[in-house]
Amino acid sequence: MTRVEVFIQLKPGLLDPQGETLAHALESLGHEGVTELRVGKWITFRLDEPDRTAAEREVREMCERLLANPVIERFQYRLDGDGP
Amino acid sequence: MTGTPVPIGVVRFPGTNCDQDVFDAVGSVPGTRPVWLWHKDRDLAGVRAIVLAGGFAYGDYLRAGAIARFSPIMEEVIRFAEAGRPVLGICNGFQILTEAGLLPGALMRNDRLTFISRPQWLRIESTATPFTRHYRSGERVRFPVAHGEGNYIAEPEVLDRLEAEGRVVFRYVDAAGATTKESNPNGSARAIAGIADATGNILGLMPHPDRAMDALVGSDDGVRVFRGLLEAAA
Repeated sequence: MTRVEVFIQLKPGLLDPQGETLAHALESLGHEGVTELRVGKWITFRLDEPDRTAAEREVREMCERLLANPVIERFQYRLDGDGP
Repeated sequence: MTGTPVPIGVVRFPGTNCDQDVFDAVGSVPGTRPVWLWHKDRDLAGVRAIVLAGGFAYGDYLRAGAIARFSPIMEEVIRFAEAGRPVLGICNGFQILTEAGLLPGALMRNDRLTFISRPQWLRIESTATPFTRHYRSGERVRFPVAHGEGNYIAEPEVLDRLEAEGRVVFRYVDAAGATTKESNPNGSARAIAGIADATGNILGLMPHPDRAMDALVGSDDGVRVFRGLLEAAA
């Protein structure tokens, strides 16, 4: 089983109102050094595909077709990473 | 109109919540027969036009419209639309049409973060679609808006092309008909509220003509959208 993590964020330059609001909230808690805060998605799953190249191809297709919207988002993925 | 009423499909996904409003709006035009279409259907039941109603299809999970776009009925809707048949997407329906690639761009979180629900002035920018042929170009109309993710965005080249080809159909304006920062409820690029495809037969808009069907509830400005829809379907 391949452990897969997919990270999705709004493209740079696009307004992220959620991120801005969160940055303001952190500022009001006294964290004044926070800049460029963006909120994204982190999707994890296991994929039954022993071949690494095939798994990677499949994950990329999932991202391009469904998990990310290429008009507004960019994605990265990691196979068998050491995240939680 | 005489003869058999024209069947017009209203698609229901789990989470659609304007389905009955749209069904009633369609049915209020003499000569139409609204027909329910279920998201798992693979048969369009012979309908001559399709409306994707507002709501939160599949809970808006992942992104608004993202999962609805891959439902069985949408394969048929995409085929139907690509054959040049009339398809109208209202609110969540507009989001589904962009996710399906039938209309360009995307709808992001409102720039002021809040869900907005209020009457909204719009300007008719194009009367070259079947849905807007009964309006005057530049006419000001009032439809309610009710959405959290209506901030329309597309690449600048796409926006330029939409403008040049007259495919910006509705724009947010104020009561005087002017586009101002305040009159744009959600931060949409160039105050765009609704767009059409190159043929004019596919229209998506965030405001609700289906909630502007009777002066008793504030506006009957939406009636002509559904009259145009019937004529395109007939």
